Amino acid sequence: MKHVLFRPVLPVLLAALLAGCAIEPWVKPYERANLADPIMSFSRDPVADSYINHVYEAREGARGAEGGGGGGCGCN
Amino acid sequence: MARREEAAVAAAATERRRHRFGWRLLAAGALGFCLPLTAAVLPEDRADALFHAYSGGGLDVNGPSILARKQLGKFTSLFGNYYVDSISSATIDVVTTASPYTEYREEKTVGGDFLYEKSIFSLSFTNSEESDFSANAATFGISHSMFGDLTTISLGYGQGWDTIGMSTDPEFERKADRQRYRLGLSQVLTKNSLINLNYELITDEGYLNNPYRSVRFLDGSGGYQYQSEVYPNTRTSHALGLKALYYLPYRAAIHGEIRGYTDTWGINGFIGEIGYIHPLGRDWTLEAGYRYYTQNAASFYSDLYPRKDAQNYLARDKELSTYYDHGISLGASWHFARHGWGFIDKASLNLKYNYLNFSYQDFRDLCTKKDAQGRCQSEGAPGSEPLYGFSANVLRLFVSIWY
Amino acid sequence: MKQRKHIISILALLLALLSAGGALALEVGGTAPDFTLKSRNGENIKLSELRGEVVMVNFWASWCAPCRQEMPLLEELYDRYADLGFTLLGVNVEEDSNAALELLKEIPVTFPILLDTENRVSRLYKVVAMPSTVILDRDGRVRYVHKGYLPGYEDEYRKQVKELIRE
Repeated sequence: MKHVLFRPVLPVLLAALLAGCAIEPWVKPYERANLADPIMSFSRDPVADSYINHVYEAREGARGAEGGGGGGCGCN
Repeated sequence: MARREEAAVAAAATERRRHRFGWRLLAAGALGFCLPLTAAVLPEDRADALFHAYSGGGLDVNGPSILARKQLGKFTSLFGNYYVDSISSATIDVVTTASPYTEYREEKTVGGDFLYEKSIFSLSFTNSEESDFSANAATFGISHSMFGDLTTISLGYGQGWDTIGMSTDPEFERKADRQRYRLGLSQVLTKNSLINLNYELITDEGYLNNPYRSVRFLDGSGGYQYQSEVYPNTRTSHALGLKALYYLPYRAAIHGEIRGYTDTWGINGFIGEIGYIHPLGRDWTLEAGYRYYTQNAASFYSDLYPRKDAQNYLARDKELSTYYDHGISLGASWHFARHGWGFIDKASLNLKYNYLNFSYQDFRDLCTKKDAQGRCQSEGAPGSEPLYGFSANVLRLFVSIWY
Repeated sequence: MKQRKHIISILALLLALLSAGGALALEVGGTAPDFTLKSRNGENIKLSELRGEVVMVNFWASWCAPCRQEMPLLEELYDRYADLGFTLLGVNVEEDSNAALELLKEIPVTFPILLDTENRVSRLYKVVAMPSTVILDRDGRVRYVHKGYLPGYEDEYRKQVKELIRE
């Protein structure tokens, strides 16, 4: 059963990966001025953010998937 | 051309096993081909000194949190965090079944991020100590930028080891272990927008309840009595969250988040949050936000059981009940030393305030009055006391410097 | 066996896509595309008029941390080799040049700063990383391309510039 699913999945995944190489990034590195702005960050102050997440995790039942990252200047 | 040969080899294999190996090679090759030979960026060097204060529902916790991060060489960034909770607790559980107490918790973390081409490898170790509880944790993560740095994939794994004691019983010692698996995807959508998708699986095993907490049951003569809570010794949860950030042309940003949660204890939770960030000139940043959380109770939860030992598992922890909470957040940051000062490149002074309001749907307030001796008195027949609710004020005051 | 056909056809299609997709960066050995840009002083600078000199074209932005790190080192390079037939063009890629000009007050440089506000030259030079540095020889041919900046790259630049000056 697993193998039946496995067959088309991997080629499609590889296709996506390799196609990704062929696709030119639609936001060029020199167009990232706004994304590089410090306000465009999911976590501008890691210490303050981790504290408030700790408050929520302590007072609420849910936990996990608070994460953030990516975006930014895309330099180097 | 080497790729084509490789592909042919993989394709020519007739045995299922060799075939799968060929796929793996090809997949690895494809990733390697796609990796441009440039690198990503390590987190900035900075230090933060935070004072945090929480006050609500009879609980007061405050203390410092100090973080320092420094890059060493070209490819390594190290950080350390020292955190303290100074606790003064007279919460609803505490006043109804025990007595107010104070506690002191110290938490230390060290970690590092290591840059290799377009990937960042992260490690951290944390130790937390208080008089009746000690926890250690280690985390490992990988984050990788691809597709012209428009996409970042991250994977994380964490393991925690808890030792639970009881201040009233020096012989008491239990263990609980936790494992966290995280998967994240960050995607630049346009010049002005970014989204983040996160999935996390957490499994806990061991002694998962609170040794001081009790549940109540009807005693058959119109009143109620207490017995210790009994929790399952495993818990597995899944959380999936989507965040988005959008840049507004006059230099501001709006962000939103929705997150869903479910676990094997029967709790389903939902979080929705929106926020707005507004810089004023170059020196100030203001922000405001609203957050909503709701969950339903754990399958074995009850505010009042019909009799003693009514079920295998018993819980009356309000955090496992059905409730919702609203939160409002406000923040202001003042950026100073923008042109540098000594070894400092820039700095900021920040104040963030959160107001939280919790409304419980199946957890009752057993301390609506206090008698002459200051002991809790409940109002109404068992099971019809008013529902509990409380609000909390959270303050974060911190200074950040970049160097 | 259907699977084998499956794989080969997908791979063939993708390899075709990849080769058709165009170069991911500027071709080394080819003539550098000519351009004319306004410098921050207002005068126009045309690349082809700099033939005879070794030219380093550096694409940068004020919001790019590695670019800011690199600036003083580029100034050092320019200072050292300018009299030996070397010139450095700092091409700023921002639509609004104000932030760049502000930064230059804090990190002053003497080499020409060109303003590519419409990103014409960035596109022409297929800039795929920030910062990007292209080194041209005296005949205007692309000889070295550097993507990004890490501490230590400046030593590479010096070696390559020295080599091209000697040619």
